Amino acid sequence: MTARRGIRVFSLGYLAVILVAPVGLIFWRAFEHGLHPFWAAISNPIAVHALKLTVEITLIAVPANTIFGILCALAIVRHRIPGMGLVNAFVDLPLALSPVVVGLALYLLYGREGWFGHWLLGHGIQVLFALPAMVLATTFVSLPFVVREVVPVLREIGTQQEEAAATLGASALTTFRRITLPAIRWAVAYGVVLTTARSLGEFGAVSIVSGGIAGRTQTLTQYVQASYENFDQTGAYAASVLLAALAITTLLAMTVVRRGNRSA
Amino acid sequence: MAIEARNVTKRFGDFVALDDVSIAVESGSLTALLGPSGSGKSTLLRVIAGLEVPDAGEVFISGKEATALAPQKRGVGFVFQHYAPFTHMTVFDNIAFGLTIRRRPKTEVRARVQELIDLVQLPGLGERYPSQLSGGQRQRMALARALAAEPEVLLLDEPFGALDARVRKELREWLLRLHDEMHVTTIFVTHDQEEALELADTVVVMNAGHVEQVAPPRELYDNPANPFVMSFVGPVNRLGDAWVRPHDIEITHDPNGPAREAQVERIVRLGFEVRVDVVRDDGERLYVQLTRNEAEELELAPGDIVHLRTRRERVFSASV
Repeated sequence: MTARRGIRVFSLGYLAVILVAPVGLIFWRAFEHGLHPFWAAISNPIAVHALKLTVEITLIAVPANTIFGILCALAIVRHRIPGMGLVNAFVDLPLALSPVVVGLALYLLYGREGWFGHWLLGHGIQVLFALPAMVLATTFVSLPFVVREVVPVLREIGTQQEEAAATLGASALTTFRRITLPAIRWAVAYGVVLTTARSLGEFGAVSIVSGGIAGRTQTLTQYVQASYENFDQTGAYAASVLLAALAITTLLAMTVVRRGNRSA
Repeated sequence: MAIEARNVTKRFGDFVALDDVSIAVESGSLTALLGPSGSGKSTLLRVIAGLEVPDAGEVFISGKEATALAPQKRGVGFVFQHYAPFTHMTVFDNIAFGLTIRRRPKTEVRARVQELIDLVQLPGLGERYPSQLSGGQRQRMALARALAAEPEVLLLDEPFGALDARVRKELREWLLRLHDEMHVTTIFVTHDQEEALELADTVVVMNAGHVEQVAPPRELYDNPANPFVMSFVGPVNRLGDAWVRPHDIEITHDPNGPAREAQVERIVRLGFEVRVDVVRDDGERLYVQLTRNEAEELELAPGDIVHLRTRRERVFSASV
């Protein structure tokens, strides 16, 4: 009894110190002087633009990584293509690599003197300090989640249902649509939720390649940093609350997904 | 010939699953592929279905070359060892799958599925999910699903392997009746010699990627081609060069005639069958099968000295 209570006290205390206190403090600071300053801070055009930009980037990065993630997981599990082991290892790279390094790599690749950047600029395509680089950076850092969720489920369901569908006359596409996709749907949903959360919160890689120009290439996370550095604490806290609210919404979506998964 | 495999070879890395295997299966027959695990029997079935591509050799289905044909185009029904039910679909949708993907009219699908549900004796279970069925019911659902699109050939991979003994016996009888009614050419894989002898009209015995013998059950039991077949299709005693079935040894108390002396070591009563372990005077250990009546007449007890006569034995020229 005492051991169990000890574990409970420790884990709740740990959560309180590490998680609840900082997040709670942000909410408290944001609403310290009532709703009005909060509302004023987040409805200023630069904050609104930053929010829109963050959502825009997420709406491109998430579908891209979902489609890639499903295809990549299928390639890793279902097809013994030479070199797939290497791909499997590389998929985890964004988790291991600091986003700052990713940003720097993109900077070197797409910069004025970079391999791709030189050619692209010559054709009038601006990647760095614009939406394309920010999307690339976000896609890179949020890449592993769908793959990592789908791979174990694909392994677990095995190939027999797909083989059965094939012997019954189903084409590869029909088999995928009618058999494979329904079997992995919860894993995909879970991966999408994690990808979304990661994309919304991305800071390191994007801050290097975006230039962070207020009202143009500034995402919500960058807006938080800029406000904080300019001693606009209310603005920083308000935007943080917005980010936290988005994250909490995503997590709630995840809980719903989990519940659906259990009942299926 | 409904199905023919010619000189089929299949390797998995260094492992040779099928080594130059040829078989021919007659139209309308019920053929068993019998062998121990790793003998290549399941691989041969999967090659016929198109689920494995052979490294060499050819497959013919209904006289047509099918070696490079995709499984979807072979007109083959396949029942997997663990049934491979579509877990997110109801029993009805599982059985209907082969018809709905062919875009058959709804009323036709409904009628055909209902007919199959009755045939495989799953009435009223159409709206259930596979996870709500017993093993035997899942097996029958898988069979109905394979039969829905009216395949020319039905392939069953260890169809009764995962079921308990009683259900297995019921399903065997039922499969036999079904085959008699439908006359669809059927091949099933099994490692159970009794199952092969009971169901099949032709048995293909496989071992280590080779076909050891192809014969009707009785022929296989009475005239095995080699020691492997002899020992795989039934119990056997080995006495020097000779191979003797335990029921081909007679136990008597009569010391006269060509009999060998032996001591009874252990008696096991299995209902109708009584198994007697004996040690011959030369130290050779044998086991003898008697009926209960024979055993009772002999009044055997462990330690008794008895005499053995061999009714029938086999000597293979090239011993293994």
